[in-house]
Amino acid sequence: MKYAEILHRCFRCGYCKLPGNYVDFNCPAYAAFRFETYSPGGRMWLLRAWLDEKIEPTPRFQEILYSCTACGNCVEQCALTKIKDDLLRAFTAGKEALVVEGKVPPPVRDCLTKLQKYGNPYGLARKKRSAWAAGIGVETFSEQEFVFFPGDVGAFDSRGQEIARSVAALLGRMGVSFGIVGDGEVSDGNDVNAMGESDLFRLLAEENIQRFHELNVKKIITLSPHGFNALKNEYPALGGAYEVFHYTQVLAAHVNTLSFQDTLPELTVTYHDPCYLGRHNGEYGSARKVLAALPGVNLREMDRSLQNALCCGGGGGNLFTDILGNGPESTAQNRVMEALGTEAQVLAVSCPICAVMLEDAVTSSNLDERIHVQELSEIVIKRLK
Amino acid sequence: MKQLYDTLLKIVGAGFVSDAREERYIYSMDPGTMPACEPDIVVLPGNTDEVQKIVQAANRYRVPLVPLGAGLVLSGLSRALKGGIVMDMKRMNRILEINEMSRYALVEAGTSQGMLQAHLRKHFPSLKHSAPDAPPAATVAGNICIHGSGHMSHAGGFHSDMLNGLEVVLPTGEIARLGSCATSPYWFARAPLPDLAGLFLGWAGTTGVVTKLSIKLYPNYPLNDVSVFVCENASMMPNILYQITGTQIAEDVTTWMTPKPDWAAGFFHCNVNYGAKTKQELIWKRNLIRSAVENYIDDKTGGFLPLPGMMKQRFLDVPARQLSLFADVRKGGGFEYVGAIMPVALFPQAYELGLDIADRRGVSYSMGCRVIGVNHSMMFFYAYAFNRADPADVKRAQDALEETNKKVLGLGGIPWKAEAPAQKEILRQMDPHMVDLMNRIRTMMDPQHIMNPGNWEDDR
Repeated sequence: MKYAEILHRCFRCGYCKLPGNYVDFNCPAYAAFRFETYSPGGRMWLLRAWLDEKIEPTPRFQEILYSCTACGNCVEQCALTKIKDDLLRAFTAGKEALVVEGKVPPPVRDCLTKLQKYGNPYGLARKKRSAWAAGIGVETFSEQEFVFFPGDVGAFDSRGQEIARSVAALLGRMGVSFGIVGDGEVSDGNDVNAMGESDLFRLLAEENIQRFHELNVKKIITLSPHGFNALKNEYPALGGAYEVFHYTQVLAAHVNTLSFQDTLPELTVTYHDPCYLGRHNGEYGSARKVLAALPGVNLREMDRSLQNALCCGGGGGNLFTDILGNGPESTAQNRVMEALGTEAQVLAVSCPICAVMLEDAVTSSNLDERIHVQELSEIVIKRLK
Repeated sequence: MKQLYDTLLKIVGAGFVSDAREERYIYSMDPGTMPACEPDIVVLPGNTDEVQKIVQAANRYRVPLVPLGAGLVLSGLSRALKGGIVMDMKRMNRILEINEMSRYALVEAGTSQGMLQAHLRKHFPSLKHSAPDAPPAATVAGNICIHGSGHMSHAGGFHSDMLNGLEVVLPTGEIARLGSCATSPYWFARAPLPDLAGLFLGWAGTTGVVTKLSIKLYPNYPLNDVSVFVCENASMMPNILYQITGTQIAEDVTTWMTPKPDWAAGFFHCNVNYGAKTKQELIWKRNLIRSAVENYIDDKTGGFLPLPGMMKQRFLDVPARQLSLFADVRKGGGFEYVGAIMPVALFPQAYELGLDIADRRGVSYSMGCRVIGVNHSMMFFYAYAFNRADPADVKRAQDALEETNKKVLGLGGIPWKAEAPAQKEILRQMDPHMVDLMNRIRTMMDPQHIMNPGNWEDDR
């Protein structure tokens, strides 16, 4: 197993379980399950024990590894500077070893099977990938400046599709030149990679790269921070080097070109940093710049924001596998309660996965009357002149 | 065990009890050198009522019960030495009350140091608690129960001295309140009632389960500083500490001696941390501390270390994150230390003892002390790093720790939060009447001997 040499170097001091300001637990799996086994340190020692044949890869062991959302809080907070950067890589390597042995939880197996057969985790036909854009006037990519890449959730999930349409409309309003690849595209593979299926990730990535090559794509705007991460950081090693932007970065660059109504009531917003924009890629400013440009919108930060943000619980494939679950101690509900604590009317998101996870949590907690989850472009559009 | 498991399942609900191999493995050890001892079941209670029912179930099935905080004691006190149940308290982490005027905090036993610190910082920025050097995941209760110390220990003594009162579940299942909270709605002091809190301090979880506790809080000054006094002679240290603590200006006085980095080798560093409301007051305090050791500066046997900004900040950080780095000295994720409680006058001998053991046994070491009270005692630590992937290296550290424990006892000190084997060494040296009294108290409180058996066990 790759990174096996660092597993025993974890001291299990527990910084990884907390945010930098210590306000609460910040490892989604540990916060949900509360057994030390589910903490990053527990996972490190369990992986070592597995390699030493002290424990078996039981369903419980598999669940422990796959409950990790790859949010990167452990990497951010680990006190051991010489191993911290490799923590998530070690967990992914552990999952990779489970995949090789065919010992993955059934929901993970099913999710990966769909991705292999259909190129998406929903098990829907490839030709439906561009259905989200039907009737809204989005062009197919030919010679525009950017490809707009909606990713799996933007292409297939009903809420994700709304967000993709909203972002596309706003890009159009701002005069951004873009088109979509449409049915020729497959999953970006980011969460496939996080689930330890590196071969399938490579296949998916190479298929996208091939298509981008045929179309002579140079610049890409992604809807999902997960896609942003894969295309920006993983694709270059496979021959796919592009200028990759998350849509919030494009919005931030163009927000001053927009005109807003100035008679709308004040709106208090708290912003949820997506892990694959924030901790994984250091992008914290763009969404905040957009919110700051909106007249009457006041940003109120949660205790766990920026590098300390709590994950929505949907990463690492958990949106599709639901291994973290939805109980009252689930990370999504935890996050919604934290947002409520700011007395914001809107919990703003910039990731379709976060939107789905947090909206589900709001609904299942019967909090629809108290707080609304809104995606950034939706907030902007409602305030346009 | 199946019946017990089902009983626990009914008490805490699905998801918070496990007899899976994974949990039994992880809960069998802590980050120190003590060998693994597997529990049969791990359970996570969510409130005092559940703790009470778990204790009652352990009695009914005559199964050992081991309470656990964050598991960061390093000396293996929360291993299930005789199997049974490990009860992880960290779901009980509510902060129940901050009494600003009486400066106390009432928290559940699983509340972490970090969460209390964060809560105070946000809601009561003029208050702070005495945080130990442990990572922020360590629990407040765990540290109090082992007689820990921390960043206010010069001003306030051991953390157990800062305890105002407890709620405990007795080994026989009753819930008791001790301290002012026993007769008043306020948790402000242990006085003037008979002080029964001591029955749960230093007993390594053998007398019951703490579920709530009130601790003293202290003023949190907006301005903070640290002065580091350095000398080259161990024999000077007791008087230096005596003079500095005599000013009663500081909040925390600690020393550190380490062979790495090279510039620090051979020197005795004394960190004096203090705070103030104004810059003027801070300067006044700095000058007063300086004047206390002026004669050493005048005769050039000591002086204050000029501190670059980053280093100063590291000394002001609470908790001190860089301490965890010692675990990686041998690229092996491990260190453990003997923390010897002893008179400050023994500093030179304590240091020589550690140097001798480290040299002879070839272990990577760091030494230092924290002064408790106004030089009333010190916690002198001998930290040894080890590589947990190398059994021979673990054994080397273990042997060094064992020898240190014995030598410390010989010197007149007492190992703090001692490992089970070191507890036996202490018991051998202890006044036999105290040993008898401890045994009688335990038998009276815990007739079935279920609470963390194997600790403080008298072999006679």
